Amino acid sequence: MILKKKELVRELKNFTINFGPQHPAAHGVLRLILELDGEVIKRADPHIGLLHRGTEKLIEYKTYLQALPYFDRLDYVSMMAQEHTYSLAVEKIGNIKIPLRAQYIRVLFAEITRILNHLLSVGCHAMDVGAMTPFLWAFEEREKLMEFYERVSGARMHAAYIRPGGVSADLPLGFLDDVYLFANQFALRLDEIEEMLTGSRIWKERLVDIGVVSSKKAIDWGFSGVMLRGSGLPWDLRKTQPYEIYSELNFSIPVGSSGDCYDRYLIRVEEMRQSLFLIQQCLEKIPEGTIKSSNYKITAPSRIEMKTSMEAVIHHFKLYTEGLVLPHGETYTATEAPKGEFGVYLISNNTEKPYRCKIKAPGFGHLQALNDMSIGHMIADVVTIIGTQDIVFGEVDR
Amino acid sequence: MYIQKLKNLEELKNILPILIYQQFKDENSIVVANNNIIFTLNFLKNHIGCQYKMLTCISGIDLLGTAYRFCVSYELLSLTYNSRLRVKTFVDEITFINSSVSIFINANWWEREIWDLYGIYFDKHPDLRRILTDYGFEGHPMRKDFPLYGYVELRYDESKKRVIVEPLELTQEFRSFTFETPW
Repeated sequence: MILKKKELVRELKNFTINFGPQHPAAHGVLRLILELDGEVIKRADPHIGLLHRGTEKLIEYKTYLQALPYFDRLDYVSMMAQEHTYSLAVEKIGNIKIPLRAQYIRVLFAEITRILNHLLSVGCHAMDVGAMTPFLWAFEEREKLMEFYERVSGARMHAAYIRPGGVSADLPLGFLDDVYLFANQFALRLDEIEEMLTGSRIWKERLVDIGVVSSKKAIDWGFSGVMLRGSGLPWDLRKTQPYEIYSELNFSIPVGSSGDCYDRYLIRVEEMRQSLFLIQQCLEKIPEGTIKSSNYKITAPSRIEMKTSMEAVIHHFKLYTEGLVLPHGETYTATEAPKGEFGVYLISNNTEKPYRCKIKAPGFGHLQALNDMSIGHMIADVVTIIGTQDIVFGEVDR
Repeated sequence: MYIQKLKNLEELKNILPILIYQQFKDENSIVVANNNIIFTLNFLKNHIGCQYKMLTCISGIDLLGTAYRFCVSYELLSLTYNSRLRVKTFVDEITFINSSVSIFINANWWEREIWDLYGIYFDKHPDLRRILTDYGFEGHPMRKDFPLYGYVELRYDESKKRVIVEPLELTQEFRSFTFETPW
């Protein structure tokens, strides 16, 4: 038998698999088409849009106040951070000043939300990688934080609490005392989680040197938030383009050095500690006073006032039927949401409805770098990378 | 923080083919013709005095009823100078824009999104597929003349054992509640 050269060369085809959309480690409805060479990723093609609800389209048909609850439902683990961005955008176009107490309440809840988000992020990341316990501990703490949400707004998640012109209601009696109690014990809980993970050999083996992003790459991909800081760039919108009262508060921003998943985990934990510090400062400094703008063209008058003043009744009626009217203007307002830079590009046209409301979700930008980050890694590392990107499909798909 | 930016923009007017310069509060935006967009972005990214290295997002806007129907707006961020700049360009329904993927790699998905939702064609885009809508979706839903409720509805058909697409049937006409206010 004569051996032909053609038969000696074995033709190998790469193996293509579907990851998700129902895989628990896909963090929702990510459909990932992975091209594998053995166990090594050759190409990762994320298919998104399975949770697309047309939020931007719906917002164009709603008044400014009715559009607000859609923002809770974008990234459903950091609800108030997004309401906050939207409110800031509306306030920027409408030239609305809000009272100091409202600003403190907003920052207080923005930081509570940051802890809420990072607890889920670190907890779920740990569970994806194989550690079950921190997840359970994190969710116990999340429950406490969501109770704070419930006490001010009546809803555990979709609060609609931060509104254009301030916040919807004042803090209930004894609320700040309970936040204080929470803040006192939370650092200990964080220590417990860190004890399980930070030094753990398995955790390190799975995270160190996985999904390395250089600082140049991070800028090229338009990363923001922890993904950017993990690569060593000290960029935090709370510091660099401060909004509300962040410029008066004292906090530091943790920055990574190697840009791998382990760095980003450490940053998330440290950010929780910084948030705790910010919460404590808010508790100390929070002044008495009103919680929303007194301009009745923007916020509703109180019930008491409506009993005595006809004008207040008219304003209330106008506000909840016609809605607040914003003059012509366009703004791109961005805040440091827990996942990164969350931006709202709002265009108003002197009516009660937004002409265009583009939502810049941080996760969308991060997910498109997934292919770049996972090439050359093993298939199990894809789960680690999805975890470290902190993807939530509510905001990616919008 | 913004002084440096403004000074830069004054200089920019002499170098770049800027049609209109707009300012809203502390936000600056420039309008350029759609055949100049690649040159403009490339300049803004690489010029030492600008260094808008980061593309934050690209958004489409439908201005139904105007000569140039669509606006594409690039949100740029300079980490060095801590400044943001918006670059806008206008196109009508039949012209295309050159893709900016060669300058900003993360423009890929943002342009795919605009193609999907608005139907603005990006020339030389490496992978211009739909991104947010369903597989096999027809139409561009963010256009102002696309109805909020769409044209089709989906349901699971027990006899065919699969999800089928049917023309939409509404029991009640969609109401928009936009009345002329009497006051």
